[in-house]
Amino acid sequence: MKRAPTHSYPGLNLGRRHESAHRATEVVTFGFWVFLMSDLVYFGLMFAIYITMIDAQAGGPGPHELFDLYSIFAQTLILLTSSLTVGLAMLALKYNLPRWRIVFWFCVTLVLGLSFLVLEIRDFIAMAEKGGIPQRSGFLSAFYGLVPLHGLHVAAGCLWLIVLGIQLRVFGLTDLLMSRVVRLALFWHFLDLIWIGIITIVYFGGLTYG
Amino acid sequence: MTDTGFFGRLNWDVFPIAGLIQTPNTNEIVANAAAGIVVVGVIAVVGLLSWFRLWGPLWRDWLTSADHKKIGIMYIVFAIVMLARGVLEGVVMRAQQAAGPGDGFLEAEHFAELFSTHGTIMVFFVAVPFVFGVANYLVPLMIGARDVAFPVMNQISLGLTVSAGMMLMVSLVVGNFSTGGWTAYPPYTGAAFNPGVGPDYWIWAIVVSGIGTTLTGINFAVTIYKLRAPGMKFMRLPMYCWTIISSSILIIFAMPPLGVAALMLAADRYLDFHFFTNDLGGNMMNYANLFWLFGHPEVYLLVLPAYGIYSEVFATFSAKRLYGYNSLVIATMCIAVLSFTVWLHHFFTMGQSALINAVFGIATMLIAVPTGVKVYDWMATLYRGRIRFSVPMLYGLAFLMLFVIGGLSGVILANPTVDYQVHNTLFLVAHFHNALLPGVLFGLLAAYNYWFPKAFGFRLNEFWGRVSVVCWTVGFLLTFMPLYFVGLMGMPRRSFSYSDASFHPYMLVAIIGALIITCGLLSILVQLWVSIRDREKTRAPVGDPWDGRTLEWSIPSPPPPYNFAIIPQVTDRDNFAVAKERGEAYPSPDTYEDIAMPRNTAIGFTLCVLSGVWMFALVWWIWWLAALMTVLMLASFIAWTFKTDFEEVIPAEEVRKQHEAWLDLVRNSKPVDRDYETTPENRGLARPDLEALT
Repeated sequence: MKRAPTHSYPGLNLGRRHESAHRATEVVTFGFWVFLMSDLVYFGLMFAIYITMIDAQAGGPGPHELFDLYSIFAQTLILLTSSLTVGLAMLALKYNLPRWRIVFWFCVTLVLGLSFLVLEIRDFIAMAEKGGIPQRSGFLSAFYGLVPLHGLHVAAGCLWLIVLGIQLRVFGLTDLLMSRVVRLALFWHFLDLIWIGIITIVYFGGLTYG
Repeated sequence: MTDTGFFGRLNWDVFPIAGLIQTPNTNEIVANAAAGIVVVGVIAVVGLLSWFRLWGPLWRDWLTSADHKKIGIMYIVFAIVMLARGVLEGVVMRAQQAAGPGDGFLEAEHFAELFSTHGTIMVFFVAVPFVFGVANYLVPLMIGARDVAFPVMNQISLGLTVSAGMMLMVSLVVGNFSTGGWTAYPPYTGAAFNPGVGPDYWIWAIVVSGIGTTLTGINFAVTIYKLRAPGMKFMRLPMYCWTIISSSILIIFAMPPLGVAALMLAADRYLDFHFFTNDLGGNMMNYANLFWLFGHPEVYLLVLPAYGIYSEVFATFSAKRLYGYNSLVIATMCIAVLSFTVWLHHFFTMGQSALINAVFGIATMLIAVPTGVKVYDWMATLYRGRIRFSVPMLYGLAFLMLFVIGGLSGVILANPTVDYQVHNTLFLVAHFHNALLPGVLFGLLAAYNYWFPKAFGFRLNEFWGRVSVVCWTVGFLLTFMPLYFVGLMGMPRRSFSYSDASFHPYMLVAIIGALIITCGLLSILVQLWVSIRDREKTRAPVGDPWDGRTLEWSIPSPPPPYNFAIIPQVTDRDNFAVAKERGEAYPSPDTYEDIAMPRNTAIGFTLCVLSGVWMFALVWWIWWLAALMTVLMLASFIAWTFKTDFEEVIPAEEVRKQHEAWLDLVRNSKPVDRDYETTPENRGLARPDLEALT
């Protein structure tokens, strides 16, 4: 059978060390990229709605009263670091490092993801105490339509980390699981990408134009 | 959201029979008859399945199957059931207006429910599942693959589409559906004006079927990009597959706006958000933009696959290579791109500047250019071909003539100044039915007649097929041509009553047309019945009854579960036609390999049931049940990911036995000329038409 090319999809490929897994991963990873593209359209539209609704504050609290940039800074650091750690898990997989290294970096990523969620929920509670609830205005509806949607994606990513971690313990590094690790890593980087959009448009844009 | 007992807001008054007891009138009788049909239909299906002891085979061979061919057939069966309901609703609406000036026999609310369900059903639960049922069946066969890229995801897509469609059926029996039209514009559909369950049925049916459709789009894009047989370069793809790629790309980009809009409307209704409300900064124009950002590409994701079907039909029944393949590919892609640039023409009158309207008007007119290219290509394909007027061809010819009229009325509407005059009139209704019936539905019916022998191994009855073509065509003309005229005379769409007596004669013509369309629907059912009864006379097991040109005709009818015993090597466009010309069709391979096929799984069916109950719980505010279903859906999906044996192997020896038995059949069958195409002589082995070759 013809050897698969070293790179069959964008991103970190499994490569020659895992010939059969690499070949099995090609189609499904391409499909996952297409899914991410569709998901990105979701977020793109929510960003557009947020932009059109920045002024729709209806006399309620606006970005200046509600946004806490210190907390956002901390969340950004945590999420960017988690992208690094999930990348380290991928490298451990690609270069055949011991399996505990993958599971270890998964655990670190999970802790970071969960702490991001804790901080985010703390922010929402603080906002609500200042009257910043989604029922207050169109602007706040748009905010709560977008930022928690990202949070929900992070939560889904955390659940995925847990399930995949268990599966790695139970089944070992099968071709199928390797391909799932590749996709989880892509998904996690995607969360980071969206977050960059959120700090730029929701927080900085909100503070500038709101 | 306060009144939430154990059964949420469910109580005895939500059943239509309660209305009949309280106020017995025609309106309630119609509502109860509709609910009765659903209940009797369910009981009849359950009864028949039990009587013939078919639950086991149904479960093993169909509901748990991950075979793209079976999933395709299930999609089509579902679409035809929903089509029957949609057509009947159309007839009731025409009858209401034919009853003359005044209030007719239906109440305003009921009439509004009818046009809302009619539109929602016809777009989301007839056109989409029918288009993707056909695509499911054909795409892997046409590109020389053994299944789609993600067979289990395919099953899940079907499950979600069906459960969402079932919500529309449930809404007939429990509570009522939305009165907000298939577009469900807020603020009318918001909680302030519409506190009932109607818009909630719409929202969840749209969200869940939208997820199913998105997954389907991803599946088919990946299938065509990655699973083509060796040598099947992009410019060797059958035209139909090109249209499915563009349709899939449209889905991937156009379904998210619909999901976003529907979920935002849900947030407004359930959680008191202010996306589209009149107060506190809500802005319903965001909804209009989001909805049509989906809605316009939707039109093309339905009609492009029909163009693909016509391309195959015209080529085969003219016994010619498709004329202008390259220009058709380019035109298809142009339409796909342009379809994202025209959404605003659905609301020219909603307050944009003249400049913006002009830009979108011009973009809309531009679409006529690639579409015109296609029409000329199809006519050139027919030109000097060896034409047979079989049923698919007749649908195709009806399409060519009627669709041009529909397209031209679209160009008229694309002019904002004209649109101001006729918007919200029946002129518009006539226009889009003129595009969707001859465009999409005729194409799908042509596909049904054309590929039926591939799927079941025998041809459909020609006579009843012709009857249905005539009924659909004449019925369409009589129903919708009068609507152009009353539209120009100013009759508004979606109104249950009118006072201008000059509209009445047109309405009488339209109801006659609607009844003829009903005969068209019935003749399709009669055709199926007669064809099954006479199937011994029309068997074509060799697999090529029409002298087909593409790979799906090079295998047995019905195809084996693995489609191709040996994956074909593609060297040309219209590979099978070329192989027949060269006398290289039906090769006997030297060796066979084991074939791994996806194993049956119940995950699609499980998610279908769970998501159905989940939607019902959300509509009726039964929060504990909704939460339970969410947990169960997640749990069953995660449990499924713990499976390790996704495939079962069909041994090479078995493949060899089946394939060689079929090759023997090929050798022992008499090839038939095109003159005997519709006679019992035609066992599915075509004699190449020498005249057409020269």
